[in-house]
Amino acid sequence: MTTDTLVLARQQLLAPAGLGENDLHRTLACLLDHAIDGGDLYFQQRRAESWGLEDGQVKNASHAIQQGVGVRAVSGEKTGFAYSDEIVPPALLEAATAARSIARSGGEARLQVWRSAQRPALYEPLDPLETLSANAKVRLLEAVDAEARRQDPRVTQVMVSLAAVRDTILVAGSDGTLAGDLRPLVRLNVSVIVEHGGRREQGSSGGGGRVGYGWFLDQDRALGHAREAVRQALINLDAVPAPAGTLTVVLGPGWPGILLHEAIGHGLEGDFNRKGTSAFSGRIGERVAAPLCTVVDDGTLANRRGSLNIDDEGTPTQCTTLIERGVLKGYLQDTLNARLMKAAPTGNGRRESYAHLPLPRMTNTYMLPGEHDPAEILASVERGLYAVNFGGGQVDITSGKFVFSASEAYLIENGRVTRPVKGATLIGNGPDVLTKVSMVGNDLQFDAGVGTCGKDGQSVPVGVGQPTLKIEALTVGGTQA
Amino acid sequence: MPEAIAPTTAPLPAREHLETLVGDILAEARAQGATAAEAAVSFGSALTVTVRLGEVETLEHHRQRGLAVTVYHGRSRGSASTADWRPEAIRDTVQSACAIARHTAADPYAGLADPERLAREIPDLDLYHPWTLSAGEAIELARECEAAALALDPRIRNSEGGGVATRAGLVVYGNSHGFCGGYPTTRHSLNCSVIAQDTEGMQRNHWYTVGRDRDDLETPVAVGQQAARRALRRLGSRRLETRRVPVLFAPELARGLIGHFVAAIRGGALYRKASFLLDRLGTPVFPEFVTIRERPRLPGALGSAPFDSEGVATADRDVVANGVLQGYVLDSYSARRLGMRTTGNAGGAHNLIVEPGPLGHEELLRQLDTGLWVTELLGHGVNLVTGDYSRGASGFWVEKGRIQYPVHEITIAGHLNEMFEGVAAVGGDVDVRGGIRCGSLLLERMTVAGE
Repeated sequence: MTTDTLVLARQQLLAPAGLGENDLHRTLACLLDHAIDGGDLYFQQRRAESWGLEDGQVKNASHAIQQGVGVRAVSGEKTGFAYSDEIVPPALLEAATAARSIARSGGEARLQVWRSAQRPALYEPLDPLETLSANAKVRLLEAVDAEARRQDPRVTQVMVSLAAVRDTILVAGSDGTLAGDLRPLVRLNVSVIVEHGGRREQGSSGGGGRVGYGWFLDQDRALGHAREAVRQALINLDAVPAPAGTLTVVLGPGWPGILLHEAIGHGLEGDFNRKGTSAFSGRIGERVAAPLCTVVDDGTLANRRGSLNIDDEGTPTQCTTLIERGVLKGYLQDTLNARLMKAAPTGNGRRESYAHLPLPRMTNTYMLPGEHDPAEILASVERGLYAVNFGGGQVDITSGKFVFSASEAYLIENGRVTRPVKGATLIGNGPDVLTKVSMVGNDLQFDAGVGTCGKDGQSVPVGVGQPTLKIEALTVGGTQA
Repeated sequence: MPEAIAPTTAPLPAREHLETLVGDILAEARAQGATAAEAAVSFGSALTVTVRLGEVETLEHHRQRGLAVTVYHGRSRGSASTADWRPEAIRDTVQSACAIARHTAADPYAGLADPERLAREIPDLDLYHPWTLSAGEAIELARECEAAALALDPRIRNSEGGGVATRAGLVVYGNSHGFCGGYPTTRHSLNCSVIAQDTEGMQRNHWYTVGRDRDDLETPVAVGQQAARRALRRLGSRRLETRRVPVLFAPELARGLIGHFVAAIRGGALYRKASFLLDRLGTPVFPEFVTIRERPRLPGALGSAPFDSEGVATADRDVVANGVLQGYVLDSYSARRLGMRTTGNAGGAHNLIVEPGPLGHEELLRQLDTGLWVTELLGHGVNLVTGDYSRGASGFWVEKGRIQYPVHEITIAGHLNEMFEGVAAVGGDVDVRGGIRCGSLLLERMTVAGE
């Protein structure tokens, strides 16, 4: 399906203010008048809603509209930036005047004629807020609550949230880029508390994507999250303290791919590598992983949370190989860092909103599947940890040290998965953790659509994925020394 | 040098203008059938610059407006927000909130704060000190800050930059009990992040200073040099073997630990029974020498507020006295759910101050004797339902009160209950850069996982 998203974006963002291409030209010309290298305008309208259930009832919900235009001027390594929450010609010129003050001379950029790339859309340009009636949203939340409570009498609290965002964006650049995108995003989360014998534990499960709310009704997805949250919480009721020390770790498929996001992905973002501040700087062509490992960042997967038709600079997204059979291949680039590193942009220039500057960011980061049956991988471990669910992670890109925190994990004893253990943080070193991968499963899975990545105070939706992985040595931060 | 453009931050609109908007929103809510309503209108303006390796990297002008409303139809509620202040946007936003309230269930605990708890007078807490520096001056300060770091030692080889940020804002809150109040605030900061390098590799570290008044800030040179010293001392980091040892938390990390305590005594966590500190009111949570006070009206402080985000007057109180938990952190809704009274903490705690102890950093190292001094934490491995704590760490190995070598790629783990009960000392080296003020915290024992 091809839809001219640019036409739709123009209708929504420019038409209400009576703005035409002449106004965009005039604003960009005002930027270039100050001898900068280039600049762009980023128009955005975001409509969002969120419904929350607790105590079996939907008691609170909110609706938000945010809109504005960000104006960026670039000169060498300098960026000037200003924005307005009013999309009207005088505000545009005012923002352009503030943004261009970054440079006083040097640039020789000239305004290029508009050019727009068109390709099949990765998601429908729908408004997800309108894909279900308010009554049906309330009923969906109540059904999820009932399903969770039905699972087990030890369930004492169920909290469910349902949220949707519709982002409409339009990018106009002095290089002639003119592109628009309509981005739906929905998210469901179930969180439960269980209580038994004076002990309380929690479990949660969720998912979503660039789809309408109907996605949760298909394939029993919403109720499935209710059952999964309860299952996790009940397992944690039996969990014993986690081991402390360096162990063999088997990571389950899917969301544990947060390992790749923290250990590899951030360190390969173009800005850190241009500046030479990443532990991966200058290491293209070097072996940084076992030959079993091929890792990509792919913004083109249909309907996934981390996918985009175009990035926030108007560059079409792509599948970028980061590590190929263990060898470091490439970085993730926005236009600024690509130009300064004399590389091509990879469609990874992303921003939280019109009020933020674009940065090189990940989309969906995952490892390609290998040869091994997951059961065979577990059977090969004499003593270790099997971690299948995680909370968040973090990385220090300069030292390369990264962490990610397990929320569901088990001991492996003599090739068998035995007792559940309490949550624990795992810590490792990005540039060498994948050199310790000894087996890769044939069971590639993606996460259910829950990831949010933070960098420089900006949050963007992302995805991860991986097959079952065996890492020979990783430090597990339990309490049992 | 870029041209100096206008004052750093756009001028704030008159408070009366925002008060009028709040009045218009409340009137619109009434007209659309709401039985009660509350609204907040905000304006914020900021200038941020970063300078890297002596050159300007970014110059950002921020200016943001907001308008948020919650309507009540009896005990059902709905909320909506927008950045648009035009009358038609107010009408549409109230309409969105009312549409939601028609679908949400009646909640007997929902509603505005009780009228008798609303702030009657709004004292000037000295929170507004605009800094009229030009973009050019801001760039010079950031440059000075970074230059001081780069000049400190030849091993400071690279930089993520020096930065200056200055913000001013005005928020007016009002509700249909007749409360309407607002006040302007400012917040200024200087920061620097640099990279030290030797033959073994690179280590990054940063430092910052923040205050309501530019006169409260450390000098650019002090910030730059501190960032450089913090990066340099990490060079040559090793790992540790897995063991159980006493741990000294640096003040900036001790503040985070107290933050977990606050999160566990928040009303929302308590009425959901999602806290490891359930039913602990009146019982010891810390050792007897620990006292934590809330002082919401400290002049010029970062966490100060004359009223909370539902208009309730703030007041001094002890949250922990001689180790015993004296009160929770409640808003009106969670208080009603718990059968208690709001503590004026809608939106969070205001200036929580852990009473400093007599020991400075060197004396704390001596008391630590042999163990880990933690200076950085990584990740979010804190479970507030169970109190289980496990995070990535780096810092220094200490033997007989003397620093031996820097360590990294380790974790520290324990249970927050035992960690709080096991506080062996509170330092006098208080970090005041936020709403929680605390010195170093020495904990009796945690599990360190490493090699």
